[in-house]
Amino acid sequence: MEGDLNMGRHVVLVEDEPNIIEAIRFLLTRDGWTVDSHSDGRDAVEVIKAADPDLVILDLMLPGKSGMEIIKDLREEEALSNLPVLMLTARGQARDRDMAEKAGVSRFMTKPFSNTEVLAAVRDLHAQANQG
Amino acid sequence: MARDTLTGSRIRERRLFLDLRQAALARQVGISASYLNLIEHNRRRIGGKLLVDIAKALGVEPSMLTEGAEVALISALREAAADSGKPVAELDHADEFAGRFPGWAEVLAGEHRRVASLERTVQVLSDRLTHDPDLAASLHEVLSTAAAIRSTASILAETGELEQEWRDRFHRNLNEDSRRLAESSKSLVNFLDQSNTGSVRRGVPQEEVEAFFTAYDYHFSALEQGQTSPEDLVAGASELQSDTARSTALGALQQYQADAEKMPLAELARSLSRGFDPAGLAAEFNCDLSQVLRRLAALPEDVLGQASGLVICDASGAVLLRKPIAGFALPRFGASCPLWPLYAALARPMVPVRRQVVQHGRHAVGFECLAVAWPQTPPDFDRDPVYRAVMLILPLAELPATPLAVGSSCRVCAGQDCAARREPSILDEEF
Repeated sequence: MEGDLNMGRHVVLVEDEPNIIEAIRFLLTRDGWTVDSHSDGRDAVEVIKAADPDLVILDLMLPGKSGMEIIKDLREEEALSNLPVLMLTARGQARDRDMAEKAGVSRFMTKPFSNTEVLAAVRDLHAQANQG
Repeated sequence: MARDTLTGSRIRERRLFLDLRQAALARQVGISASYLNLIEHNRRRIGGKLLVDIAKALGVEPSMLTEGAEVALISALREAAADSGKPVAELDHADEFAGRFPGWAEVLAGEHRRVASLERTVQVLSDRLTHDPDLAASLHEVLSTAAAIRSTASILAETGELEQEWRDRFHRNLNEDSRRLAESSKSLVNFLDQSNTGSVRRGVPQEEVEAFFTAYDYHFSALEQGQTSPEDLVAGASELQSDTARSTALGALQQYQADAEKMPLAELARSLSRGFDPAGLAAEFNCDLSQVLRRLAALPEDVLGQASGLVICDASGAVLLRKPIAGFALPRFGASCPLWPLYAALARPMVPVRRQVVQHGRHAVGFECLAVAWPQTPPDFDRDPVYRAVMLILPLAELPATPLAVGSSCRVCAGQDCAARREPSILDEEF
């Protein structure tokens, strides 16, 4: 089972929508992940650094600091430069996707997303990181 | 072929439109079908009583048959041809086309009007999507709630054995989110409806000020006649909802009042009747050119003798007041085109700038722009002056031979290889 491979894995979910947090937490917990969530953009980089997760799920529009700024700051940290980051956003234009990818986002997903897509992306990113 | 020689074609067109046989019409007006056939093929001139009888039988005014399509229709066809950007060899035959095929000509002119209207809509929407924080937040709220609902509903539907506690929690979330989605969708629709009707949108002071000035058509008769004050006008303006908008409008009205006192309407109208000479007006009324340009834009169209637009900016280039004019697009949000003569004037304070311009993608209309920057602050040895600039925009009867091509704002400008471009245009990326 793929979930078993993920046992003990740790994800930080930076998202300000409580019911999205709840749904993703349920989904990933069942898949064997430990999920920490955080809702404020301002200190998100510090929270991620302190948590040292295997993967980050990051919303683009956050209070205090945008997901785009957060990813840029993360990529400047040597220890976090290869951390898989899945970005969730309501802005799905090609331009936004391009900007996110240039900033260092590993995968880009537009809202409203399906649970299957999120789960597949998380598993895929984790597998790629482990292979690398 | 001259328009008045196409009377026969118009008769034929109208008769066919009414599904009337040639012989029947000929009989009705007392001529032979073969003679009517010659008339309809423009091989016999027609006038007098016969024309009146035929027009009556066809249910139109005789002038409709002799003059054919309205001048506006022909003008619209020429605009459509010019806007296509391609040399149209038959441009001189627009009236013949309109005369022979009035239905098709109307379709073409209608489509051209529609394209122009859609261009305006695209510009307004793209500006708003790019720069309007309220709209972006509203859309984000709707999509985030939809994402939460989709994810939660999917868990409920697809998870076989779900503990009662989780099930209850997700049902509760679903209920909350669906209510939020209903509310945020309604807010979004209200928000868009407000802007579609041109009414005021809260939180955008410049739009509130523009709505206020538009309500008075940029001319405040009662203020000029001393029957009211800027303060009273602002206090009674339902369009001005924010403090920023009220303060901006008050400043603009006080300036308006000072300009009007310097150049009273009746005297100014008399001067204008002798010719249009802004520099001459400045000398005559002993005021500076910026006052003249602002004052001219505040005149009713019948006094000025033409429509006018106006833009006033501060030293940073931020637009403080604008009066739109058809054919010259002014961005609703964000920075304007740096090539506007307004900014050339700002770079050379006190030096009048006159340029004939066209906007990219809107080659149907040319404009003469008169601009000047004036010191907003009194002279001071120890401080640099702070300037403002004004630009009066006047439509030209004909396209200038060598106009300055400008845009509205970079985001929606189709201009290529522009040294002044600040950011890429979405017209390249998405359209």
